[in-house]
Amino acid sequence: MIEFIRKTNIDFMGKRRYAVIISGILLLLGIFALVQINRGEANLGIDFAGGTAVQIKFSRPVSVHEVRGALEGAGLKDMDIQDFPSVNKVLVRVKGKEETLGKISNLIISTLGQRFGDAAPVIDSTTEIGPKVGSRLKHDALIATLFATAGILIYIALRFQWRFSVGATIATFHDVLAVLGIFFILGKEINLILVSALLIVAGYSLTDTVVVFDRIRENMRAAIKDPIQSIVNRSINEVLSRTAITSMTTLFASVALLLFGGEVIHDFALAITLGIVIGTYSSWFVASPVVLLISGGKNPFKKS
Amino acid sequence: MGMKKGILWRLIAIGAVVAASLIFFLPNTPLFDYMPGWWKKNMPGRGIVLGLDLRGGIHLVFEVEGDKAVASTVERIAQSVKAELERKGIKAGVKQEGMEIVLTPAPLEARKIIEDAYQELAIGEVPGGVSYTLKESEVKNIKAGAVDQALETIRNRIDQFGVAEPVIHRQAENEVVVQLPGVKEPERAIEIIGKTARLEFRLLDDQSPVAAELPQSIFPEEEERVITQFAGKIPPGEMLFGRVVDEETGRVRKIPYLLKKDVLLTGDLLTEARVSIDQRFNEPYVSIRFNTEGARIFEEVTGKNVGKRLAIILDNNVYSAPVIRERIAGGDAQISGSFTLDESRDLAIVLKAGALKAPLKMLQNITVGPSLGRDSIEAGKLAGLLASIVVILFMLVYYKVSGLIADLAVLLNILLLLGAMASLNATLTLPGIAGIILAVGMAVDSNVLMFERMREELRTGKTPKAAVESGYNKAFWTIFDSHVTTLITSAVLFQFGTGPIKGFAVTLSLGVAINLFTALIGTKTIFDLLHTKREVRRLSI
Repeated sequence: MIEFIRKTNIDFMGKRRYAVIISGILLLLGIFALVQINRGEANLGIDFAGGTAVQIKFSRPVSVHEVRGALEGAGLKDMDIQDFPSVNKVLVRVKGKEETLGKISNLIISTLGQRFGDAAPVIDSTTEIGPKVGSRLKHDALIATLFATAGILIYIALRFQWRFSVGATIATFHDVLAVLGIFFILGKEINLILVSALLIVAGYSLTDTVVVFDRIRENMRAAIKDPIQSIVNRSINEVLSRTAITSMTTLFASVALLLFGGEVIHDFALAITLGIVIGTYSSWFVASPVVLLISGGKNPFKKS
Repeated sequence: MGMKKGILWRLIAIGAVVAASLIFFLPNTPLFDYMPGWWKKNMPGRGIVLGLDLRGGIHLVFEVEGDKAVASTVERIAQSVKAELERKGIKAGVKQEGMEIVLTPAPLEARKIIEDAYQELAIGEVPGGVSYTLKESEVKNIKAGAVDQALETIRNRIDQFGVAEPVIHRQAENEVVVQLPGVKEPERAIEIIGKTARLEFRLLDDQSPVAAELPQSIFPEEEERVITQFAGKIPPGEMLFGRVVDEETGRVRKIPYLLKKDVLLTGDLLTEARVSIDQRFNEPYVSIRFNTEGARIFEEVTGKNVGKRLAIILDNNVYSAPVIRERIAGGDAQISGSFTLDESRDLAIVLKAGALKAPLKMLQNITVGPSLGRDSIEAGKLAGLLASIVVILFMLVYYKVSGLIADLAVLLNILLLLGAMASLNATLTLPGIAGIILAVGMAVDSNVLMFERMREELRTGKTPKAAVESGYNKAFWTIFDSHVTTLITSAVLFQFGTGPIKGFAVTLSLGVAINLFTALIGTKTIFDLLHTKREVRRLSI
């Protein structure tokens, strides 16, 4: 029998002080990101902000500097240029409330086509989102988030005692905010794809929490007399290998996507990968301590 | 033996879904081409549909500007009211002010004529007269009609242009969604769909002194300046521009024209439009033919205006303004200008399909070139293959024979997922591929939960068979709970997501549901099968 993790006896609950610091920072980042998004200070994707994105593939490497120079020469301002050097691709994004679609994308395509005519430019994709669609997508994303949150909360409430529900809920919000915060700090785009990834993170984050909680509940029922902190610790240790391994197999998939899935899916895979790691951490260091805290040191299954 | 029977039924069930999946997924494999004719005829033949992001193509959303259709209706009514009153010699001032027709003064007989002829008008009072506006219900009708007509016209244009499997439908109240998979020249397609294609014949106002002041030709960037320069000076009518390409330099120049107000003939009366090639200059042009009424009007107009210049205008661009040499009977005309063969072909398409009642405004354009789609599929395949290999090897090494069983479950999972998607003719998008890959990662999760529980049970000294049983039973609710939360989020994404994200939601939710089946029925059956053959003394886990 191969076991990465043999019988362990880690004092998870004893380390919750460090967890408070780590999670505190992550949560602050996430809340800061939310505030900035609300104030319109975040790097919103063009699907929310409206605007134009053109991705062009060249036959040789093309520097961002050259592309910027060419486009500024053509009178384009406030653009965001991203390059994917391994595949000789450049993505130009111009945010804005362009009422008549088509002008900016045509300008980008013709300018870069002329400037890099020797590099066989091929247009990979053109995305133009008018302001009306942008605000509609924003609205849809908000509604989707609300519904998903409500759905998850209702399910948790139905399946667990309220103590566990609160723990799972806080852990879920923690994970989503943490990923959002990290994306914000990295300057990544806040777009529709990220929102979907965050919802998946919320769903997946619960998977680990459920595994841990099921065991805590089972042990609380079985060992009424033990101190609750040691029950929680023992439960986490007992299921440690399975939470680690389930997270690992899913990580295999998301990391493969991150590394080889191509530029279109890259940020999505990054969000999921971060979400899996943080979700596993939060089952141990956020969800379980919250249950402990709310229980106030008493076993909730003990009849007093 | 009762136990054995249960296994048999489960084996049959698994065999049936595997067979069904293979049949549904077959059209997506090259093997389908080799199937006999009766198979192709009777068995599912569509399979999984590739999304626009993988296949390349365009997704467009247009708003039908119904207000403009309403405005042009008001304008048309105002014009014919004016003509009618003039013809009857009734003195009344008819003016169009925005969406209103104002009548000052408003003699009773004029009012009677208008109100009898146009029941769709609502009457209001203004100082010294009356005003007419279109009734609410009529405005609604016009707007709805404009959307219907836009759908119909776009369909015709796309048919002529030639795109396989276009999707054209209405969204919300006044929006049209057009999806053209695999279209080769997206810019041309967008141009063809979005053109209002309003063809007008109007006389040039060469007598006006302003006409002499207009510059011969200008660079396109000077257009705004010229418009502001002449703003306010233009007599009734308007200034529009024509476009010429200098053959030597290839530079585009614009020619301003001063046009009279009246539209003498429109494209509504066309019966045919096709591309011809001018033999002398080897230049393409579009020849059009009017119906009987159009031909009569055309003959009358040309007969009355010999020596004058008649402008041919499409969507406010002057294509040409030839001098009328003689009365033209028969209803044939030509539209020439500096255009390429493709441009003239596109022009013929839009003219034949007819003009839009209301102009379209593009709200969204997502164009994916075929090369990006190919790259994405390749990248997705690579990531999926690597993820599967790593996961499968890991399970094999870590859980030995049990891991092999889990790997079989993963393969079963992938097969059933593809089969389910094919049976629904679901659309596979790039995020959808990501969904499949994540589903593979999650597929083993259930097995891991069960195996870990079995190991625990074994440690307490249970027999392998008992360990398998209680491992399953105790892990069941944990597995169920952890899947339901993912199902909730993917259901929400399906409901609110658009395009690619919807594709992701479909694959992930199917993946999760199938995962429950393969883990709880598939793996378990194999274990049971092992245990019925012989008493297993050691569980390879």
